[in-house]
Amino acid sequence: MFTRLVTSALFAGFAAGLIAALLQLYFVQPVLLHAELYETGALVHFGTAATPGAAPAMGGIDPVRDGLSILFTALVYTGYALMMVAAMAAAQDRGAVISARNGILWGFAGFMAVHFLPAFSLPPELPGSAAADVAPRQIWWFGTVAVSTLALWLIAFGKSWSIWVVAIVLLLVPHLIGAPHPTEFLGPVPPELAALFASRALGVGLAAWVLLGLFSAYFWQRENNT
Amino acid sequence: MTTKTQDTTRVGSKMLAIVATAFLGLGVMMIAGHVQATTLHDAAHDVRHATGFPCH
Repeated sequence: MFTRLVTSALFAGFAAGLIAALLQLYFVQPVLLHAELYETGALVHFGTAATPGAAPAMGGIDPVRDGLSILFTALVYTGYALMMVAAMAAAQDRGAVISARNGILWGFAGFMAVHFLPAFSLPPELPGSAAADVAPRQIWWFGTVAVSTLALWLIAFGKSWSIWVVAIVLLLVPHLIGAPHPTEFLGPVPPELAALFASRALGVGLAAWVLLGLFSAYFWQRENNT
Repeated sequence: MTTKTQDTTRVGSKMLAIVATAFLGLGVMMIAGHVQATTLHDAAHDVRHATGFPCH
């Protein structure tokens, strides 16, 4: 059982992670590199006439940096796939049917719980953005992901209104408490770049998670039927 | 009686496998995405930002 779970997750996570990495390198990385020019002071947002904050073309491949990004994206999504396949097996054990088609829905739910709902109060941060200390943000992030995952599970598998009401409350609570935010907004990076970065990061996350759900379900039901 | 014991054991080992897989995944995700050790942070920097994790 354990071997079959891990095997399915490795295939699914690596495939989704590789696609996520390529999408990130093409759509997200140029925005990040551009922001780093502001973070290091090579470009200045406003206040000086000498350095216009123009948009330089950010391209090119840095083999070590981009190679590490591909490796770590594959690792992160493999971690997600292990949890996804475990959750699918647990649901199947309770009578749920797992297929590649409804794996897409699992992927959507995963994106909501791990990417979109935390981002609702703590948007993906562009390097150089002002932010609160990392420890409280991590605590809030993990708490939100845990509570949101539980809430979506209750919505999907709950059978009564009282369960669904509890789920909705759980979805709201982290945002009513609020994420840790900096006391002052002193980030040197233009808001235009930060906005583009946040929407690109979420878009790539959505694509990657839908594929992760699809692949996880596909490989799991394949492994499970042999 | 014997059958029941076997069933319980099988269900138990199944749940154990599921829980172990989930924790393995959590561990991989924590190390790749959240541990603040400098070397790990620098190597995974771009990914952490791009996946919306809290980073430095």
